[in-house]
Amino acid sequence: MPDMNKQQREQLPTRSDEQPQSAIELPGMLLADEEGTTLEKRGAYSAPDARGPQDKPRGAWAEAWRELRNSPSFYVSGVLLLFLVFMAIFPGVFTNIDPRHCPILDTNQDPSGDHWFGTNVQGCDVYARTVYGARASIIVGVATTALIVVIGGLIGALSGYFGGWLDTILARITDIFFGIPLLLAALVFMSSVKDRTVWTVVAALGVFGWMQIARIMRGSVITVKKSDYVVAARALGAGTPRILGRHVLPNAIAPVIVVATISLGTFIATEATLSFLGIGLPPTEISWGADISSATTALRDSPYQLIFPSIFLSVTVFSFILLGDAVRDALDPKLR
Amino acid sequence: MTTIDTKNKPEGSGPAAAAPLLEVDNLHVEFRTRDGVAKAINGVSYDVSAGETLAVLGESGSGKSVTAQTIMGILDMPPGHITGGEIRFHGKDMLKMSKEERRKIRGQKISMIFQDALSALNPVYSVGFQLAEMFTVHRGMSKKDAKLKSIELMDQVRIPAAKDRVNDYPHQFSGGMRQRIMIAMALALDPELIIADEPTTALDVTVQAQVMDLLAELQRERNMGLILITHDLGVVADVADKIAVMYAGRIVEQAPVRELYRQPTHPYTKGLLESIPRLDHKGRELYAIKGLPPNLMRIPSGCAFNPRCPYAQDVCRSEIPPLHEISVGRGSACHFWETVMEGEVRG
Amino acid sequence: MAESPNGATSADPRKIVKPVAQGEPILQVRGLVKHFPITQGILFQKKIGAVKAVDGVTFDLMKGETLGLVGESGCGKSTVARLLMNLESITAGSVLYKGDDLAKLSGRALKAVRRNIQMVFQDPYTSLNPRMTVADIIGEPYDIHPEVAPRGDRKRRVQELLELVGLNPEHINRYPHQFSGGQRQRIGIARGLALNPEIIIADEPVSALDVSVQAQVVNLLEKLQNELGLSYLFIAHDLSVVRHISDRVAVMYLGRIAEIGTDAQIYDHPTHPYTQALLSAVPVPDPDGREHRERIILTGDVPSPANPPSGCRFRTRCWKAQDICAEQEPLLEIRKGLSGLGAHDSACHFAEEKDIVGAA
Repeated sequence: MPDMNKQQREQLPTRSDEQPQSAIELPGMLLADEEGTTLEKRGAYSAPDARGPQDKPRGAWAEAWRELRNSPSFYVSGVLLLFLVFMAIFPGVFTNIDPRHCPILDTNQDPSGDHWFGTNVQGCDVYARTVYGARASIIVGVATTALIVVIGGLIGALSGYFGGWLDTILARITDIFFGIPLLLAALVFMSSVKDRTVWTVVAALGVFGWMQIARIMRGSVITVKKSDYVVAARALGAGTPRILGRHVLPNAIAPVIVVATISLGTFIATEATLSFLGIGLPPTEISWGADISSATTALRDSPYQLIFPSIFLSVTVFSFILLGDAVRDALDPKLR
Repeated sequence: MTTIDTKNKPEGSGPAAAAPLLEVDNLHVEFRTRDGVAKAINGVSYDVSAGETLAVLGESGSGKSVTAQTIMGILDMPPGHITGGEIRFHGKDMLKMSKEERRKIRGQKISMIFQDALSALNPVYSVGFQLAEMFTVHRGMSKKDAKLKSIELMDQVRIPAAKDRVNDYPHQFSGGMRQRIMIAMALALDPELIIADEPTTALDVTVQAQVMDLLAELQRERNMGLILITHDLGVVADVADKIAVMYAGRIVEQAPVRELYRQPTHPYTKGLLESIPRLDHKGRELYAIKGLPPNLMRIPSGCAFNPRCPYAQDVCRSEIPPLHEISVGRGSACHFWETVMEGEVRG
Repeated sequence: MAESPNGATSADPRKIVKPVAQGEPILQVRGLVKHFPITQGILFQKKIGAVKAVDGVTFDLMKGETLGLVGESGCGKSTVARLLMNLESITAGSVLYKGDDLAKLSGRALKAVRRNIQMVFQDPYTSLNPRMTVADIIGEPYDIHPEVAPRGDRKRRVQELLELVGLNPEHINRYPHQFSGGQRQRIGIARGLALNPEIIIADEPVSALDVSVQAQVVNLLEKLQNELGLSYLFIAHDLSVVRHISDRVAVMYLGRIAEIGTDAQIYDHPTHPYTQALLSAVPVPDPDGREHRERIILTGDVPSPANPPSGCRFRTRCWKAQDICAEQEPLLEIRKGLSGLGAHDSACHFAEEKDIVGAA
């Protein structure tokens, strides 16, 4: 978070009213262990082991990475996601069965040695379809998130940094979009498009899903913009691109990353919902949502074809949300 | 506008003979964090009697505020851990009390004044409401009586036109007035002891003097004990009876106020006195204590001050100096306190 | 114009501007005014008033001197710093750098002048970008003003600067959070020095530091002034620190200068009641000396700068106030009837010498 370092502030005698003062003098903040300010004081702190881990230069990102590596949820979600991404890229490694090969005679079979997850109404192998379905979900999730970070991030950053009438206009536009339910908007958008592909889904979700990122970015930029180091850069004569690129954005981006990671999971779920409603990906594409949808008709006879893609969907969404939590903890230790 | 002479506090005005109100005895507190264990307090002992003002002086990280928080029972645990010692209030160890017992002491018998009144007061309630709440909750007063009592209290801390301002919100008051309201809240339940953590640090000098005077006067009137935590040697000189100087979680020097300023017996105290610029003489170069306050995760062996100390010898690196008693109520945790004591304080 | 035709791209930025002799004014501030509008409405903003943060401030900063600017919070001293740094736009008045009005300069000439005025901030915890290394922070001025140092030379320069401010030059790849408050302030000072400025505006540079570290930083600032011939505008609320470092002192109250003079004039022969009250309120670390001192305790608070009192702004808290104080604004001038060190600019109708500190 932009003010991550405040946590490390000592309780300072200061008169400035606007500075938040922690009434607590946490010793975790007393990390000043340089070997004396003056050069001749090298080694003044006696013991040779005084050179602790603090001596390695560590930036805020490196600090966050170190934090992540200590987080069990990061490992759990990381392993799950690596597995899912690998599956999305190389589905052939997991199954030899062609998910589009559907002998109608094999319809609605229970799991067996040949068909681990059983077969669906058309006789397609549910396991193969589940494996192949990962690709659509993950593309939608990742691409949509990238899109909202770009759209929302840009609008939020401009709005927060420049303020004034630009902010007023952008804030109103954001509010208008906020008023439109994402699913409803995506439904309307999708039904007005002729050729539905993964990318139309991405576009639909992206165009109607960036507002939260924009708001967070705006707030974050406003906070960072007022900080002394930005004033210091202005005092040096730095121009807007430098101030935005070097000072404001790197310090304002953390909360955006957190929200983006968490919303990645919800986009996957929304895509599944759209496909479930029959307005998402076309039937030619393999997707968990579509498969869950078609499985409902045979729910009583063969529940497996619903259960297995649902589990994969839930696990994927869960993994991304878990990752988002871990990232948030790492970037903002205060929230823990 | 009034012009008054500096109040002259008779020496030893506190009833030193009476049993102390509060005794902190060999207190140890550490913070266990992922990066290691920070030893915040390493055997602190001090006491305050009714009507007495003890100033606890130290820089950030000296443990002065942590001690206060431990007394109040508002230390964050974890990461904080009390690893030893006692805190006796009227002779009874508060650390062994139940939560319920401690809660009854906190606010009613011992109350605290914070540095930043703006963040210590709740911004969504009027100050009158916040004051009255003390009486309705703890004293079972009716709302009407509580309000009258709040106005009375605001008068006592000299908030002009208290009657008209009782319904104002914290942000509508100036910094000095807010600090007065904090004092009023601390006084509301007639505590026996007040702990003031840097009460005037956030205020302007002209207001600082007003608030400090008020605090000292109320303390005298009500015969309360006062622990004044500060980093400012100037503020303390005026109101304290005795001073405890803290460094790296230990008391390095303890003395009645005059002795400490006239003849410091610890190199750290002496260095501090010499390093503050003074209004009344303009020196050439300021004396600066070399180096930095220690990292509490790696406190130097022996005397914690030794890497910065001009008097340091081998023994200082190996042996932790005990608090040598120099006279009654006066002690120095320096192996060479006699040498330090002989030296002049350069201003 | 400050620019000379030959040295526009010289490595030494000082070559572009004319030299000023020691003790001559390098910066002249004339009738400086900053009003922040108070507005109402979101889309169509309507001005309903103004906060008069700085309301007619005039002073000179001489080459090689330290001018202390003291006052309580809200007196406008930090706004003066921000105006001089061009961080806020000036409502009225002018700032002359070596005789050239900054408002009339533009382009490269303005950039060159700006380079010569640098700033040190109050809070070493927030004034350094936590995501940049020390090398990036101190080297940033060279990115913005590439003409000052060629690329290949920068690392060496940054290391020299670190050494100059008493930090280990090997630590250039560390991040701010790995340093203590005092060390961070040294980094901030090194950044301020990177472009070889002539003027440093220091806004409360030591008030966020521990007492034992304050002295180190004050000494460093004095050492740098001697070595580099810098002029300081030293803004602080702590009168003791200001006395220690300053050659001349200006006392501000509610956007105006109440009194200005040399260090001895202000501290030993103050004539403005506000200065006297301010001096008497400074806590002295000496229980004995205290008793000989008279203390003036002001009542009330500083009025709002949005609605300052008429005439003399201090009159609402002043024990000498009479009708004339409400009617007529006292000018900042040498007052009649004062002689010796008491004869210096004071904005009080009833200016009168009074020894507060007791060391004269």
